[in-house]
Amino acid sequence: MSSPSRTRILLIGVGNPLRGDDAAGALVAKLIRDRNCPSFCVVEQNGEGISLMEAWASEQRVIVVDAVSSDFSPGTIFRFEVTQEPLRGDLFRNSTHAFGLPEAVELSRALDRLPHQLVIYGIQAKSFEIGTALSDEVETAAREVARRILKEPELLQDKANPTLDRDRRPHGNA
Amino acid sequence: MKGKTIKVDILARVEGEGALTLKIQGRRVTDVKLEIFEPPRFFEAFLRGRKFHEAPDITARICGICPVAYQMSACHAMEDAFGVKIEGPLRELRRLLYCGEWLESHALHVYLLHAPDFLGYEDGIQMAKDHRGDLERGLFLKKTGNKIVSVLGGREIHPINVRVGGFYKIPGKREFSALEENLKLAREAAIETVRWVAKFPCPAFERDYEFIALRHPEEYPFNEGRLVSNRGLDIGIREYDQHFIEEHLAHSNALHSVLKDRGAYFVGPLARYNLNFDKLSPLAKETAHASGLGPVCRNPFQSIVVRSVEMVYACDEALRILQGLEMPAAPAVDIQPRVGIGYGCTEAPRGILYHRYRIDDHGLILDAKIVPPTSQNLKTMENDLWQFADGNLDAPQDTLQRQCEQAIRNYDPCISCATHFMKLKIERE
Repeated sequence: MSSPSRTRILLIGVGNPLRGDDAAGALVAKLIRDRNCPSFCVVEQNGEGISLMEAWASEQRVIVVDAVSSDFSPGTIFRFEVTQEPLRGDLFRNSTHAFGLPEAVELSRALDRLPHQLVIYGIQAKSFEIGTALSDEVETAAREVARRILKEPELLQDKANPTLDRDRRPHGNA
Repeated sequence: MKGKTIKVDILARVEGEGALTLKIQGRRVTDVKLEIFEPPRFFEAFLRGRKFHEAPDITARICGICPVAYQMSACHAMEDAFGVKIEGPLRELRRLLYCGEWLESHALHVYLLHAPDFLGYEDGIQMAKDHRGDLERGLFLKKTGNKIVSVLGGREIHPINVRVGGFYKIPGKREFSALEENLKLAREAAIETVRWVAKFPCPAFERDYEFIALRHPEEYPFNEGRLVSNRGLDIGIREYDQHFIEEHLAHSNALHSVLKDRGAYFVGPLARYNLNFDKLSPLAKETAHASGLGPVCRNPFQSIVVRSVEMVYACDEALRILQGLEMPAAPAVDIQPRVGIGYGCTEAPRGILYHRYRIDDHGLILDAKIVPPTSQNLKTMENDLWQFADGNLDAPQDTLQRQCEQAIRNYDPCISCATHFMKLKIERE
C-alpha cells in the first residue's frame, strides 16, 4: 500500500500577496485548491528558505510556484526539475529574504534532503508594487501554470524530465 | 590622484537598490555609501484608510523573517492609542511568541549567513559540506523557533493569529506542552552554539557607540520598557519623535535614522545585551561568561556570540513561560477604538521597531510611521565600514570586500547581504 505522502504532490505557492505580481504563487495555489483534487496537498508560504525545506522534508513529490525577476517578458513561464540540475538563482530575486528558494534547494541538495522529485514553476513578474493587483500577463500565466500543474501527476509518474523547459508565451491568448 | 572604488552590488530586489560603495583615495577612505534596505514607507501609505485591526496583518507582510515583531509593535501601538494594557497570561503568551521569533531569526543568521564569513566559506551551502553536524544543529534551532511561532502566531490555527487585544484563538494545553521537549533540546543546542561561535577568529575592532534599547524594571526586554542608552537617554516610547529624526539622503531611497544632536546610534542584540545584561536568565549569563564575554561588549564582530547568548535566553524564557502557563480567560481583551495617536516600540530580533499610528473616530488609520531597526543602524554601519576599511587598506581587494560584507552582517540587516545576492565589482579610478 502506498502512503499518502508517496502518491500525493505537495504544491507550495510562494510569495507575498500584498506585493503585486508576487501574489502569483498564491493564485496558483488557490486555483489548485479550488479543484479539490486528492492528488494535491496545497500550502502557501512567504518564501523563507528554511520553512520551505521543512515543508518538503518528508515529501516525495513537490511542486513550487513563485514569481521571478529576469529580462524575459512578463508572463513568461519557467519550469525547472531541480533534482536534475541546480536552480537558476538569479531569477528568484523578488524576495526580501536572504535565504530564499534557490538557497533552500541547494542546501537541501548539500544535506541530501531534496524530495525525490521537485519541480519549480517560475512566472516572470511585471511589477512588485505594494498593494496592487496581479498584472494581466501574470494572471494569465498563473492560470496556465495551474492548468499544467494539474497534468503533473502523469508527468511525475514517468521518469523526471531532465531538460529546462521554457516558454516565451503562455499557451492560449496572449 | 590614484584611487579606487570598491563596489558591492546587491541585486536583491527588483526595485533596484542595494549597494556598498567605498571610495579610496591614496591611503584614505573618502566616502562610504551603503544602500541595502528599502524602507517600509510604501507600506505606510498603503495603511492609510485601513481599519486599525488590519495593521498587524498588513505590517506582518513587510518582513517575511520577522512578522511577529511587526505584529507586536502594531498591536502595542493600537493598544496604546485606545488605553488598553495587556497583562497576565496574554502578556506571557506574547513574550513566548517573541521567544520563538528571536530563536528562529537568530539561528538563521548565525548559522547560514554569518558563521560562513568567520569560517572562510562563500556561503552556508558551502559550509554545510564540511560542517554538516553544526548546520543540522542550526536548522534544529530554527525549526524549534518556527514551531513556537506557528502554534501561537498562526498558520496552524489561523493564518495570522495575533490581533489587537490578544489573539484570535488560544491553542490547547497539549499543543503548548508539545513544545517543551524540543525547547529543552534547543536550549542545549543554543549553549553549544555559544561555545562554537566563541572559538571563531574575531577581528579586533571597537568603537565608542551609543547603544539604544528598551529597558524594563523586571525583565529582558521584548514588548515593553523605556528607551535608554549608555549616554543618558531615558525616555518613554511616546517621546520617540522628539528625539529621533529620519534623514533622507540624496544618494538613495534609504532613510537614516539619527538621534537629534548626537547622530548615529546602535540597536539590536549588542545594545540589548549591554543595557540589560543583569536581566538575562542565570543560565544565559553563565553561558556568556563562559564564552569570554563580559557584561559589556563593544566589538560588533562579537555580535554573533551575543546573538547566540540571546538564543539561550529565548529557550530559557520560553520554557519558564510554558512551565508556569495559565490559560487566559479569553483570547483577547475588548477593544473600543477612539481618536488618538498610538505609539509602539518592541525589540525585534534586529533591534527596536517603532510604530506610530494616528486613528480617527471610526477606528481608521489616518497615517502611520514605521521605523525598522535596520534603518536605525544604517549610519552606524557606514561609520563602521569607514573606520574598518581605513584600518585595512593594505589587504588585497577581494579580502577587503569580503571583510566589508562580514562587517555589514554584524548588524544582521534585513535584506541581509547574503553572498549569493552580491555581485562584486572593483572599480579603479
